Amino acid sequence: MKKKYLVTIYSIAIFVFVVLYLSLNKNNVYTTQENIGKKISVIELNYFDKPGEFNIQEISNFNFTLLNFWASWCGPCRKEHKHLVELSRNSNLKIIGVNFKDDKKNATEFLKEMGNPFFILTKDPEGKKSVNFGIYGIPETILINKDLKILKKYVGPLSRKDVREIQRIVKK
Amino acid sequence: MRTLSLIIISFLIITISYGNESKTYKILKNLRCLVCQGQTISDSNSDFALTIKEVVTEKVNEGLSEKEIYYFLSDKYGDWILFNTPLKKNSYFLWFMPYVLFILGGAILYIMIKKRTEKIK
Repeated sequence: MKKKYLVTIYSIAIFVFVVLYLSLNKNNVYTTQENIGKKISVIELNYFDKPGEFNIQEISNFNFTLLNFWASWCGPCRKEHKHLVELSRNSNLKIIGVNFKDDKKNATEFLKEMGNPFFILTKDPEGKKSVNFGIYGIPETILINKDLKILKKYVGPLSRKDVREIQRIVKK
Repeated sequence: MRTLSLIIISFLIITISYGNESKTYKILKNLRCLVCQGQTISDSNSDFALTIKEVVTEKVNEGLSEKEIYYFLSDKYGDWILFNTPLKKNSYFLWFMPYVLFILGGAILYIMIKKRTEKIK
């Protein structure tokens, strides 16, 4: 009888330990991994400096597209800009900029000062259209292929390592 | 007659907008603010939360159901944005374990009581 109780107590203890161990080791920070492999939605973004809308489906004309969400008021965007300028030299990749909740004059000055790496520049002044891309802060960058599939999603400023990774993928 | 029509129309507009408002509030209460520490979108005033509030209000006004709005947001941000974990393959354990433990506990208790009563007899 005593042996039975011991087995029960040990079983419960092991069960509690396993549950706690698994829960504590689970990453509770939001990641964008779930977006990888998904197709991007049909969204129309307003052009930055001309009337009309750019349909995001049109990027199927390019081999690879980098969708970059940025703003002139965002410090990390300034930090990553040189990497975008570098990537814009790659003929296999087109960079589409989405100017996020920004002032047009400030954004224009930003590009004048830092260079314009964007093949097409659009804007999302209210930030609502960016929700369709799962954006929750800027800068964020999405690498998309011809089939409109998300290959990579970078939250925060692009690093040297990210640039190398993008160049490697785009080379294929 | 005209006044009566006006009253009825006003009443309908108020009822619909109140219904939409409470539906929006209910949805926002079940959404996690991804840039805050354990706050709901409803409680947060962060830039992200304000945008999501506007998007949800728009979707409610467009006539989307609560389920459709949750589906849209979890498709964009993952299930992590929902406080109420949906029933999926990987959440079966979470949803059914309490019931299994409850039934198991009841069964053990029943057997123990039965054995003791038999002993007393």
